[in-house]
Amino acid sequence: MLIRLEQRPEASNIMVYVSPLIAVVLTILTAMIMFGALGVDPAKAIETFFIEPVSTLDGVAELLVKATPLVLIGVGLSLGFQANVWNIGAEGQLVIGALAGGGLALAFYGQSSTLLVPAMLVCGVIGGMAWAAIPAWMKTRFNTNEILTSLMLTYVGLLVLSYLVHGPWKDPEGQNFPESRLFHDSALLPILIDETRLNVGWLLALFVVVLGWILMSRHIIGFQIKVIGMAPMAGAFAGFKENRLIWITLLISGGCAGLAGVIELSGAIGQIVPSISPGYGFTAIIVAFLGRLHPVGVLFAGLLMALTYLGGDSAQITMNLPNAVTGVFQGMLLFFLLASDVLIRYRVRFGPPRVKAEAAE
Amino acid sequence: MSETPQTLTPRLELLGITKAYPGVVANNNVSLKVMPGEIHALLGENGAGKSTLVKFIYGVQKADSGSMLWEGEEVRLANPNAARKLGVGMVFQHFSLFDAMTVEENISLGISPELTKGNLSVRIREISAQYGLPLDPDRYVHTLSVGERQRIEVVRCLLQDPTLLIMDEPTSVLTPQEVEELFKTLRRLSEEGVSILYISHRLEEIKTLCHTATIMRMGEVVAECTPENETARSMAEMMMGENLVSPERTDRQTDGSVRLEVKDLDAASTHQHGTDLRSVNLQVRAGEVLGVAGIAGNGQRELMEVLTGEVLVDRAESITIDGTPVGQLGPVQRRGIGVGVGLVPEERLGHGAVPDMSLWENGFLSAATRMELINNGFIQVGASSAFAEEVVEQFRVKTPGVTHPANSLSGGNLQKFIVGRELVQKPGVIVVLQPTWGVDAGSTASIRQALIDMATEGAAVLAISQDLEELFEISNRIAVICEGRMSDAQPAENVTVEEIGLLMAGVGPDGEKAHAD
Amino acid sequence: MSIDWLVPAILTIVTAATPLVFAAVGETVVEKAGVLNLGVEGMMIMGAIAAFATAVSTGSEVLAILAGAAAGLLLSLIFGVLCVYLQSNQVATGLALTIFGLGLSALIGHSYVGATFDGLAKLDIPGVSDIPTIGPLIFGHDVLVYLSVISVALVAWFLNSTRAGLLVRAVGENHDAAHSIGYSVMLVRMGAILFGGAMAGIGGAYLSVAYTPLWVENMTAGRGWIALALVVFASWKPWRAFFGAYLFGGITIIQLYAQGMGVEVSAQFLSMLPYLATILVLVVISRDSAKARLNAPACLGKNFHVSG
Repeated sequence: MLIRLEQRPEASNIMVYVSPLIAVVLTILTAMIMFGALGVDPAKAIETFFIEPVSTLDGVAELLVKATPLVLIGVGLSLGFQANVWNIGAEGQLVIGALAGGGLALAFYGQSSTLLVPAMLVCGVIGGMAWAAIPAWMKTRFNTNEILTSLMLTYVGLLVLSYLVHGPWKDPEGQNFPESRLFHDSALLPILIDETRLNVGWLLALFVVVLGWILMSRHIIGFQIKVIGMAPMAGAFAGFKENRLIWITLLISGGCAGLAGVIELSGAIGQIVPSISPGYGFTAIIVAFLGRLHPVGVLFAGLLMALTYLGGDSAQITMNLPNAVTGVFQGMLLFFLLASDVLIRYRVRFGPPRVKAEAAE
Repeated sequence: MSETPQTLTPRLELLGITKAYPGVVANNNVSLKVMPGEIHALLGENGAGKSTLVKFIYGVQKADSGSMLWEGEEVRLANPNAARKLGVGMVFQHFSLFDAMTVEENISLGISPELTKGNLSVRIREISAQYGLPLDPDRYVHTLSVGERQRIEVVRCLLQDPTLLIMDEPTSVLTPQEVEELFKTLRRLSEEGVSILYISHRLEEIKTLCHTATIMRMGEVVAECTPENETARSMAEMMMGENLVSPERTDRQTDGSVRLEVKDLDAASTHQHGTDLRSVNLQVRAGEVLGVAGIAGNGQRELMEVLTGEVLVDRAESITIDGTPVGQLGPVQRRGIGVGVGLVPEERLGHGAVPDMSLWENGFLSAATRMELINNGFIQVGASSAFAEEVVEQFRVKTPGVTHPANSLSGGNLQKFIVGRELVQKPGVIVVLQPTWGVDAGSTASIRQALIDMATEGAAVLAISQDLEELFEISNRIAVICEGRMSDAQPAENVTVEEIGLLMAGVGPDGEKAHAD
Repeated sequence: MSIDWLVPAILTIVTAATPLVFAAVGETVVEKAGVLNLGVEGMMIMGAIAAFATAVSTGSEVLAILAGAAAGLLLSLIFGVLCVYLQSNQVATGLALTIFGLGLSALIGHSYVGATFDGLAKLDIPGVSDIPTIGPLIFGHDVLVYLSVISVALVAWFLNSTRAGLLVRAVGENHDAAHSIGYSVMLVRMGAILFGGAMAGIGGAYLSVAYTPLWVENMTAGRGWIALALVVFASWKPWRAFFGAYLFGGITIIQLYAQGMGVEVSAQFLSMLPYLATILVLVVISRDSAKARLNAPACLGKNFHVSG
C-alpha cells in the first residue's frame, strides 16, 4: 500500500488545533463543489453564506444572539462528553428550561419587578437540570443508556411545548395562533446594543465559558471528569465516584441548555412559540466536538456554527436555496473533523516504512 | 536428551528478518534454524522482540526485510491461514479465545474451514484423549480454568496436524504440576517429529525441556546455545547482557506489630466470571513482606480491590489498618488514614495510570490528599509537578519531563513511576499486585529492592504475584490464594516450590483436593 | 365489539412495525460485530427520501426500494470508513451521520414536498386474499412486510447456524483474538455496517413508499432511535427484535384508535406514548446490569487497531 497510517509515538498537540481548521477548509471546498452542482456560482454562494450576514452591525449582533445558546450548551455538553456521558437530549432540556422560565413570565405577567428576569433565568436552569436529571437517575440507578433516554425525552419535551402553546398557554387574544401572549417588558433581558437583539445573554455565555475553563483546567471536578472519561478504572483506583460525575455532568449540561432556552425566549423571541430552537441542542454537539471539548474552543466553534445559521437564512433569501443547506454543512463539518482527527494519533506516510537506526529500549 | 540429526533440512529457517515500528526496531537481522522434532527455545526479556518474530512466522505480521524458508523453500505468508496450511500451529500467551462461545465454536474458528466439516466434537474428544488434554467441547469458555483454556489452544493446533508448534510463554499461567503435564505432551510431540518453538524467559524450564536455544536482546540474536550445557545464571547473563544483581535483604525480622489485618472476609466478585473471596484471613506485620502466590483468576484481583477500597466490604472491621476498621472507606480516605496506604494495581495503563495524562497529573491522581496537592478543590500545579519530579529522580524514571504523558514511557519506567509515586508518600502499609509483570530485568530488580527497603524501614508490605521466583526473593512469609480462599502463611525459608505449587492447584498437604465443593 | 375493528387495527400494527423490524434487525448484525452505529435515524431518513424521489420520478416501486437501500448503504459506508479505518469515535460519528442525514434529506426533499404517488400495492392473490379476516391478515400485506419477516429469519439463521455468522459474533466478542487467529476484523465489521445501512435504508423507504406515500421533513420522527432501543430490548436476538417492533406498532395503534374512539386526551400526550414506552422498556431491560452485560457483545463500541 502506498499511503499508510503510522501511529505517532506521542499524540500530536499541534494536530489537535490544526484538525478543526482542516475540517473547515474541506467543508468549504466541498460546499463550493456542491453549490456548483446546484448551478449556483460557488464564489457568490460562499460570499452570501459566510460574509454577507456579518457585514453589518445588526448582522454581527444576530451572530452573537445565535451563538449564545450554542456556546452555552456546547460548554455544558463538552464536560459530559469528556466523562463519556453522552447527553444528546440538550434540545429537550432547552425546551423545558425555556418553558420553566417562560411560564414564570406568564404567571407574573405585568408585574414590573426587577427580580423577574433573574428568577426566570434560575427557573430555566432548574427546568433544564430537572429534565437532564431523569436520564441521570436512570443511568445511575438502572444503568440505562443515557443516549437513548435523553433523546427520547427530547421528543417528549417538544410535545409538552406543543401541548402548552396549543392549549393552556395560548394567547386568548391571539386569533387562535399557537403562541403565548407577548412577554411584558419586565420579563425581557436587557438589550446591549440598541436597535439589535443582542442581549445580556451573550455576556452570560462568556461567563459560563470562563467558569467552564477554570473548572476543567484547575478544579478537582474537571480533573475527575477527565480521568473517568479517559480511564474509568484509574478513576476508581483514585477513589472518584463515577455515578457522582454522571450526575454532575448531566446536571451541568442540562442547566446550561435550560439557561440557553430561557435566554432565547426572553432575549431573542419575547413569547413562547411552537418552535423555540432551530435545533441548537443538536448543533451544540457539533460545536462541542469542533471546539475540542474545551470551553474556549467551544466559544469559537459556536460563533462559526452561528454563522452557518445566518448563512442558511441569507442563502434562502437572496439565492432561493433551501435553508436545509445549514444542516448539510453542519453534518459535513463534523464528518471532516472526525476524519482529520485521525492525524492527532497517526501520521500519513507514503511508501514503505522507514527503519530507524535507534534500537528498542 | 535426544540428539538432533544435523543432516536434515531445517523445518524452519529465518534469514535476516528485520521489522521496525516508529521509533523502535523490534527485530534487526534475526536468523534462526529449527530442525524437525527439535524443541527450540527462544529466550529473551520482555521487549527483546520475541513476540514480533513469532507473529511473523505465524503470518499475523509482515517483516520489512528478510526471508523465511520452510523445509528449505522460501515462503511468503499472507495470513495465519497460510501458516496453518504449511503446518504451523500457535498457542498464544494471551489466549485468542472467545469467552461467550463454546469450546467447539472456539476451535472451529481457529482451524481451516475444511476441517470443521463432519463431526468436529468427536475429533476434539479423540485428540484430547490421545494427548492427555481432557476437554469438553460443549462447555462455555468462561466456565473454564486458565489451564483448561490453554488446552483449547493446544488441541486447536493439534487438530491441524502441525509440524511446527509455537508456544508463547505457555507456563506463566500454570501450576508447577500443570507445567510437568504440559512438558510430557510437548516431549511426546517432539518424539513424533513435531518441531516446537518454545518462547520463555524462565530459564529452569528451558534447561529441562529444550534441545537448543536462541537468545535475543533488544531485537537482535545475541547467542545460541545448548541449554543442557549452560547454567540458568549464564543464560540469564546472555539474555540481559549484564551481571545479575539480586536484591539484598538485611534481616528477616517479623516481630513488628500487625499493621494490616484481614479477618474472615467474604466478598462477592463484582466481575463477570470473577472469583468470590471466601473467609480470607491474613496479617501483615510492620517490617515484613507477605507474599501471596496463586494462579491468575483465583481471587487476586478481587482481593486487591477490597484492599484498595475500590470495592467496599459489608463489615468494616473485616479489614483493619493499625486496628482501625477500614472496610467501608473508599480509596481516598483509606490512603489518608494514619500511617497511610500505598497501592499498586496490576494494570499499569488504564488502572494505575491514565495513559493520556501527564506524569504530574498521574502523580496527583493518587497523592492528592496525602501530599496536600489540593487546596479548596483546586489543583496545586506547582506542588504536583515538584512531587512528580521527586518520584522521577528517586526512582530513576527515564523521561524527558513530567509534562509528558504516561503512555510515552516504556513499561518498566512507568512501573517504576507508579511504584515510586506510592512509596515516596511513605505509607505504613503497601499492597502491590504483580509489581514486576512485563517489566525489564533492571527495573524489576530496583522495584523489588525498593519494596524490601520499605519493609526494612518498618512498613508492612503485601505482595500478590504469580511469579514464585519473585515471591521467594522478597517475602518473609508466603501464603497461597486458590479459588478465593487463602492458605495460612508460612515462613519463606520453610516451604518449597512444590508445596506452594500443590496449594496453588488447590490440593491440600494430605494430597486430597481441598475445598472441593 | 365486532371483529371488523380488529383486522384494520392489526394491519396498522404491521405497517407501523415493519420499518422498525428492518432497521432493528440490521443494527443487530452491526452490534453483534462490535460496532455501535447511532446513525440509524440518519440512514433511515435518507432511505426514505431516496426511495420517495425515485418512486415519484420513475414510478417503479422496485427501484424505489433499491434506492432506499443504496442511500442507507452509502451513508453507512461513510460511517464505516471513519470508524473502522480512521478510528473515529463511534458515538460521535453516529451522531454526525444522523445530523447529516436529516440535513441532506431536507435539502433533497425540498422539491418533493407535496408530490404524491400511489404507494406500495398490497398483495392481492385472487381467492386467497378475499377470505374474510384471515385473507387480509395473512395475504393482504405489501411485499416489504413479507420481506421483513424473511430477513429476520435469515439473519437469525445466519448468526446462529453459519460459520460466517460465528465469525461476526467472534469479532464482536473479542476482536484481538479474531485478529490473531487470522481474520480481518475490519472487513467483517465493514460488511456488517453496510448490511445495517442497507436495512435501515429499506426501513426508511418503507415509511415513504408504503406507510405514508409522501415526503415530510423529519418523517422518521425518532424511529431510528427506537430501533436502536429495540436492539437492546431484544438482547441482540433477531426474533426478539421482531416482536419488540410489533409491540411498538401496537403502541402506535393505541395512539390512533384512542382519538378515533373519542378518548379525552390531548393528541400530544398520546404522541408521547412511543417515546415513553421506549424509556420504560430500556429501564426494565437494563435494570439487571449483570444480565445485560452478559448478552451484549463484549467489544461493542470499541475501535480495533492492529497494534504491536
